[in-house]
Amino acid sequence: MTEEGQISNSSGERILMCGNEALAEAAILAGCDAYFGYPITPQNEIPAYMSRRMPEEGRVFVQSESELAAINMVFGASATGKRAMTSSSSPGISLMQEGISYLAGAELPAVVVNVMRGGPGLGNIAPSQSDYFQATRGGGHGDYRTIVFGPSSVQELVDCMPLAFDLADQYRMTVMVLADGILGQMMEPIVFKKNPRPKLPPKDWALTGAKDREQNIVRSLWLGEGVLEKHNNKLKAKYERIEKNEVLCEQYEVDDADIIVVAYGVAARIVQGAVARAREEGIKVGWIRPITLWPFPTEQISRAADESVKAGPLRFRIFLTVEMSLGQMVEDVKLAVAGKAPVVFYGRAGGGVPTVEEILDKIKQLTIRRKTQDTRQKTKV
Amino acid sequence: MKTVFKRTPTLKDCPTHYCPGCGHGIAHRLLAETIDELGIHDRTIGIAPVGCAVLEYDYIDVDMIEVAHGRAPAVATGMKRTNPDKIIFSYQGDGDLAAIGTAEIIHAAQRAEQITVIFINNAVFGMTGGQMAPTTMIDQVTSTTPKGRAAAEQGYPLQVSELLAVLPGVIYIERCALSGPAQVRKAKKAMKHAFELQINNTKGLSLVELLSSCPTYWRMKPADAMEWIESEMTKVFPLGRLKG
Repeated sequence: MTEEGQISNSSGERILMCGNEALAEAAILAGCDAYFGYPITPQNEIPAYMSRRMPEEGRVFVQSESELAAINMVFGASATGKRAMTSSSSPGISLMQEGISYLAGAELPAVVVNVMRGGPGLGNIAPSQSDYFQATRGGGHGDYRTIVFGPSSVQELVDCMPLAFDLADQYRMTVMVLADGILGQMMEPIVFKKNPRPKLPPKDWALTGAKDREQNIVRSLWLGEGVLEKHNNKLKAKYERIEKNEVLCEQYEVDDADIIVVAYGVAARIVQGAVARAREEGIKVGWIRPITLWPFPTEQISRAADESVKAGPLRFRIFLTVEMSLGQMVEDVKLAVAGKAPVVFYGRAGGGVPTVEEILDKIKQLTIRRKTQDTRQKTKV
Repeated sequence: MKTVFKRTPTLKDCPTHYCPGCGHGIAHRLLAETIDELGIHDRTIGIAPVGCAVLEYDYIDVDMIEVAHGRAPAVATGMKRTNPDKIIFSYQGDGDLAAIGTAEIIHAAQRAEQITVIFINNAVFGMTGGQMAPTTMIDQVTSTTPKGRAAAEQGYPLQVSELLAVLPGVIYIERCALSGPAQVRKAKKAMKHAFELQINNTKGLSLVELLSSCPTYWRMKPADAMEWIESEMTKVFPLGRLKG
C-alpha cells in the first residue's frame, strides 16, 4: 500500500506493500520514536516513507549528513530511553560500524536495517548477501555481537521489526535486520499482526535529567585495571543468554533427507523452490533456514549432522549452503556440522541471484556424488 | 565567618586529573555555575568528548554521555529532537570539533539544532600527547610538527567559529579566553547567554569558544601559557561576539 493515507495499521487487513515501506510501517507500529538516516539505494523508500509518516505520528525524522551522523543520532536518542532506528545499505552500514561498536560498549538499544547491495567498495545496487560476516561478527572494533535477523519474505520482515525493538530493549544492544535489495523492493501481501508484547525491564539507566536521583552516565570507556575485562565478560554472559534463548530457524523435510540445503533470506526462498522440484523428482532433500543469523542455529544444524553420523558411513548426509555471496554463512554451517558430514557451497556474487535451476542442478550433482561415494564406501567395507 | 566563595553544587568535590595550569578546570567550574544559576540541573544532559575532557562526567554532576570522537553534535541532535524539553550541551575540544567532527558541527548548525556547544580551543591534541590540531598556530611546535607548524606543509589554523557564524542556523557565537579574571568573567557571561537562548526556546545553535591553556604540551609554565593565549592566540582567534 504505497498510496498516501491508506495505511490501515494493525487492523489485520491484508495489504500489498514493498519490503522497505512495510518494515518502516512495522517500526512505527512497534513504537519507534525516532528515525535517522542518509540516502542510499536500494533502501531509499524507508527514509522517504518515514519522512512522511513519523511527523504524522508526532515522532522524529531527521535526514542526517552522513551515516556516521545517523548512527550517532540513534545513539543520542537511545541514551535518553527512546526507541530509535536507522537504515542503510552496505557501504553506509560500513560507515555506521563505529557507532554500532559504541552502542555495544555503552549497552544502548538500537535497531539497524541493512538492505544489502553488492560490494566490496561501491559495488553495485543489486541485491546481495555479502555483509553476513560484517553483521554476524560484530562489524566494528572490540569484542561484541549484534542480534541479526535474516528474514526471507516481506511478511517476515514486518514480523521481525517489533521483535527487533523488543530484543534491543531487553538486552540493551543493537539488533540488525539484514535484508537485501530484492526484499526491500519486492511487493508482497502482508498483515500487520497484533501480537502480545513482552514486559521489558525499566530504562532506569536512561539520561532523562538527574532529578531526585544520582547522575546517570552512559559510557564505553573503562580505564581502571581489569575494569574493561569485567565489562567484556558481562557482555559475554549476555551474549551467551541470547545464544541460549533467541535462536530462530525453520526446517523442512530434514528427517529423511540425504541432502540438506542451508540458506537464509531471499536465497532461502529460491532454495525452497528448488527443493520442491527435487522432491518431485524423488530426491530426498530438505532445507534448514536460519531466521536469526546471530545467534546462529548451530544446535539445529549440529543435530541434523548427528543424524548423518548415526546413519553410518553408507548413509551420510551432504549439507549444501546457498548464498548470494562467495561463501560467508557456510563457515557457520561448517562450524555447526563440525566435520560430521560434508559441507559444500553454491553462491552467486556481485548482484547475481541463483536460479531454481542452478540450485536444482547442484542438488542433482550432489546426488550423483553421494551415490559414487556410497559405492566407494561399500567397496571399502 | 562570612562565606564569600564556595563550590557550586553541580561541580563535584573530587581531585582533578587535569595537568597544572590546564584550562579545563576553569571551564568546568563556569559550566557548573551556569547550570546551577540557571536552575537547569534536573533537566540538563551533557555530552563529553573524546580528548582530555572525556571524563567530564567525573566533575559535572548532571546526566552525561561519552560519545565517539567528533560525533557530539549528532548525538546532541538525537537527544534534543526526541527531548525538546531537555537542555542539551556538548563540550568539545579542537581535535574533536575542528578536526574529526567538522561535518557534524557544521550540519548541526545548518539544521539549526537547538543545542549549546562549549568549544575548548587549546591549539593542540592534549590527551594523545600534544600533536598538531587544526587550530595549532603557525610555528607552534607539537609532537607532530617538530619544526613548528608551517603553512606550506600543514596548512593554516582553522577558525571554525568564523565558519559557523555565517550559517543562518547559528544564533550565537562568542569567543572568549580563559587567560585571566576579567576574561573568565566574560566567558561565564557568554556561557550563560548561550544556555539562556536554549532555555528560552530560541531556535538555533549557540556556541562559546574558549581559548584555553595547555602548559604541558605548549612546553610552558602555566603563567606563561596564560600570557601566550593573550599575546599570540588572540591574533589568529580574535575575541568577541561573532554572531547574535
